[in-house]
Amino acid sequence: MSGDRQVGLRAGLGVVALGLVAAVFWPRLAAHAQEREDKADGLEYASPLEVLFSADGARLFVLCQQSGEIRVLDAKSYAVIKNIAVGRVPRGISLSPKGDRLFVANSWDDTVSVIDTSSLSVVATWAVGAEPSGVVEDRAGKHLFVANRISNDIAVLDAQTGAEEKRLAGGRGSSYLTLSPDGSGIYATHIYPNQGAQRTGLENRTPPESEITVIDAARAVVVERMPLHAIAGVFHVAFSADGRLGAVAEYHPKNLVPLAHLEHGGAFEDTLTLFGADVGKPVEVPLDELERYAAQPFGVVISADKRRMYVSCGGSEMVTVIDVARLLGFVRTHARPAPGTFVQDLAASGNYVVARIAVGRNPRGMALSGDGRRLLVANRLDDTISAIDTRTNRVASTMKLEGPKTISILRHGEQTFYTARQSFQGQIGCATCHIDSTFDGLTWDLEPDGFGRDIVDNKLLEGVKGTQPYKWTGTNPNLPTECGPRTEKYFWRSEQYDDLALTDLVVYVREMPTRPNRWKLAGREMTPAQERGKALFERTKDKFGQEILEYNRCSYCHSGAKGTNQKIVDVGTQKASDNTGKFKAPPLTNIGLTAPYLHDGSARTLEEIWTVYNPDDQHGRTNDLTKDELNDLIEYLRTR
Amino acid sequence: MKATGKRIGMAVLLACGLAVAAQTAPPVAHKARVARATAAAPQALPRFRFENFTTANGLPDNHVYAVLVDGERIWAGTENGLGVYENHAWKTYTTKDGLAHRAVLTLALDKHTGDVWAGTMGGLSRISGGRIDTYTQLNSGLSNDVVYGVSVEGEDVWVATAAGGCRLNLRSGGWTLYNERNTPMNEIWVYGVSATASKVYYAVWGSGVLEYDQKTGRWDKYDDPDGENEMVLFKDQGLIHEIVTSVGFVDNILWAATYFGGSRYDGRYWHNFLTKDSGLPSNFINTIKGVDANRAWFGTDKGLAYYDGVNWAVYRPSLTTGKPEMTVRDAKGKVTPVAVTTAPAHNYVLGIDFAGDDVWVATAKGLSHGIRQKQ
Repeated sequence: MSGDRQVGLRAGLGVVALGLVAAVFWPRLAAHAQEREDKADGLEYASPLEVLFSADGARLFVLCQQSGEIRVLDAKSYAVIKNIAVGRVPRGISLSPKGDRLFVANSWDDTVSVIDTSSLSVVATWAVGAEPSGVVEDRAGKHLFVANRISNDIAVLDAQTGAEEKRLAGGRGSSYLTLSPDGSGIYATHIYPNQGAQRTGLENRTPPESEITVIDAARAVVVERMPLHAIAGVFHVAFSADGRLGAVAEYHPKNLVPLAHLEHGGAFEDTLTLFGADVGKPVEVPLDELERYAAQPFGVVISADKRRMYVSCGGSEMVTVIDVARLLGFVRTHARPAPGTFVQDLAASGNYVVARIAVGRNPRGMALSGDGRRLLVANRLDDTISAIDTRTNRVASTMKLEGPKTISILRHGEQTFYTARQSFQGQIGCATCHIDSTFDGLTWDLEPDGFGRDIVDNKLLEGVKGTQPYKWTGTNPNLPTECGPRTEKYFWRSEQYDDLALTDLVVYVREMPTRPNRWKLAGREMTPAQERGKALFERTKDKFGQEILEYNRCSYCHSGAKGTNQKIVDVGTQKASDNTGKFKAPPLTNIGLTAPYLHDGSARTLEEIWTVYNPDDQHGRTNDLTKDELNDLIEYLRTR
Repeated sequence: MKATGKRIGMAVLLACGLAVAAQTAPPVAHKARVARATAAAPQALPRFRFENFTTANGLPDNHVYAVLVDGERIWAGTENGLGVYENHAWKTYTTKDGLAHRAVLTLALDKHTGDVWAGTMGGLSRISGGRIDTYTQLNSGLSNDVVYGVSVEGEDVWVATAAGGCRLNLRSGGWTLYNERNTPMNEIWVYGVSATASKVYYAVWGSGVLEYDQKTGRWDKYDDPDGENEMVLFKDQGLIHEIVTSVGFVDNILWAATYFGGSRYDGRYWHNFLTKDSGLPSNFINTIKGVDANRAWFGTDKGLAYYDGVNWAVYRPSLTTGKPEMTVRDAKGKVTPVAVTTAPAHNYVLGIDFAGDDVWVATAKGLSHGIRQKQ
């Protein structure tokens, strides 16, 4: 029997097995999910994402994402001093260098709240770009920098008036900002990989590229883009007090090799890239070791004495503690494998990771007290703050924020979505590929049918409810199958979900809130270009007056509120590496954000769907359109 | 019969034109006032020592289409890559770095962000902090991959292409296309663009100058009033010719270059420049760069020219001997040679920019740095 046949047989058996599992479990799980969904109570939790000490160390500012508040606590007693309402889904927080103002980036309102730290009141709300996620003021108090996740840029505001002066081009999904210790530079990161400048036709088979965008704080211009090769998902940056060592938390995906065997090499490495004078050329070091993964690294803090570095790992629900001297010793004494990464060495972290401290659910932001003895960790999904004694590396206390006493179905589902506990050796969770419940901008080799076959683009989960079947090929009839047999057994290589975990996860995914569409905000009229594009989307005749066959109209496959008729169709996009050319018509929810496109991510932009991959009008009648008409159509699609 | 009729018609046109000219020609006092503001004595026209860069010095290619001064950095758009000169060394960006195409035709600086925009034969590229992002007609709303002109104003990037003009809004990512369907553009071969906060001007090959009012969103058009391609019937009654190659809007003055002379327009009066009555070395003008309301540089096929509002200076290798040459023409038309030892690399001038009192010149055979000499 040939290798191909064996692979085919195995794949076939896999499909049969999944079908059986689905057939056996689906009716019960589906009923259970529906029942749980009906009971979803929508309790409002605090969801602490970031924590900061005030300039004098006497107070804590806790950014609470779900309740849309900054909670001000006494730093010793944790007594509540005041809850300050800010905008929807705040994500970024920072103090002015003087400590007199607190800035909060409200990611769903596209604003920054300015809080007077004396009166503890919002004194201004400034409009910024789309989905602001990070904010920092320069040392001189001249400019406020705001990282905008959707508009992929960094807004530069007058720090006193809030007037926007300009936008700097950031990385894709610009999110987090850090001021260097000397105040000269601002280091910006982004959560989705950048797209290459040139179309090569191999984009979906090329390692992702990310960057740290370095901004000259005084001139407010980008002066450097530090490349992060093979990285997708870059989070907080931290510096040592002397400025000689920088570290950034990041994901290193292995999306180019089949994911099916998580136990045979994993899907991600969780790493740091170190940079600065202490290390010379930037170097990537792993946080993982076998059976002890540091999934979803997010926050980084370096102690003032430069002895310790702390990394919060949202998926692994722990804080990784690194001995900085040993870390530097390791990178200085070991020959660096090309291209400057130790990522393949899962024994490496044993040289410098000195503790892995279990904390709460989905730990994110951290803050170190002035004396360096207390590390506070915001546990987003159980509304707690862990206080770690840095001398013992133990959790000294856990402070529960005010809020619901019970775990709602949605909260339980969200915890299940974010945790990596359920996967083999705790390597990944749903949120590893669906960062902040969105997506990762990557194309994946998922099936065990050989390298580079059946490449699939990762999709957005927003609005996924009611768009079944799932998978690009539409072979999963419902979310319990998608999240259960497919994800749990096939990806996770574990069978740890109990019925409650799975059904609540499904409820969470179904009920996941959809971000406001930035191209057409509620109540806003469409622009003339969007109106023209809508007419093209809905047209039934081409420009020559010929009837467009129903199945070849945009509005046929992409019908309904979510833009899908849920049918499996062939739009002529099959590649030589695909086993089939039939794919489910994808929903159009927030389509402007989800590049790359098509089932295999081969179209880098919406335009390329038609300019490159629709030569025969199989993917809708578009070749009669002029360039400006195609632009109009895309303007409309972005409003979906 | 037809010829006679045409002659009569032209005579009528000419007579009408002269009558209109008599009514609307700028008063002499107006011209004199302008001239007095900035004009120097002929002997005081700027002198330069030209340092020339070629591939021997590290320039990517000797055919240089465009030059851009960016603080201490000089960018050169060449036939074979984008060069940047910094700290006395050249670095070259090519398609391997993500540049849209090897031939870089035009350059613009976003003064707010420091980003450089490069229009090429294969699309538009943004160079930002060393990263190149590329927009093409396939991957974006760009109207055409042959980009002749680019200009940045605020959050908009204005682009001139071989298939109309377009605008990229950097905040929304949206593109707006300008062509014969929504502007008074008779031809869509757009050769240059100059954007300011108040107006945007497009230089259109065969369709004059298009003006876009940023406030009202309305378009206006300036054409050659005589419509004649072969001759100039009404010299100062409007744009000198329909084939416009370059535009600039400085201090509320429109400077326009054509292959048949140059034009200056102050919103009321036109003043045109031809070799026969100005110091222009050639009517074939590739590029024009206004310094202010009265002064401008002209890049022609026969050398580099400077106009100070009254007097002209021409810098070039002699057309006969190839030796460095500078000539000065005063208001009365008197031409005086000035002894010089250097000249721009070539007479075919494609791009001009300034660095303080210095001038940078892109030519068909090298890039030249004119270093202002004390006089």
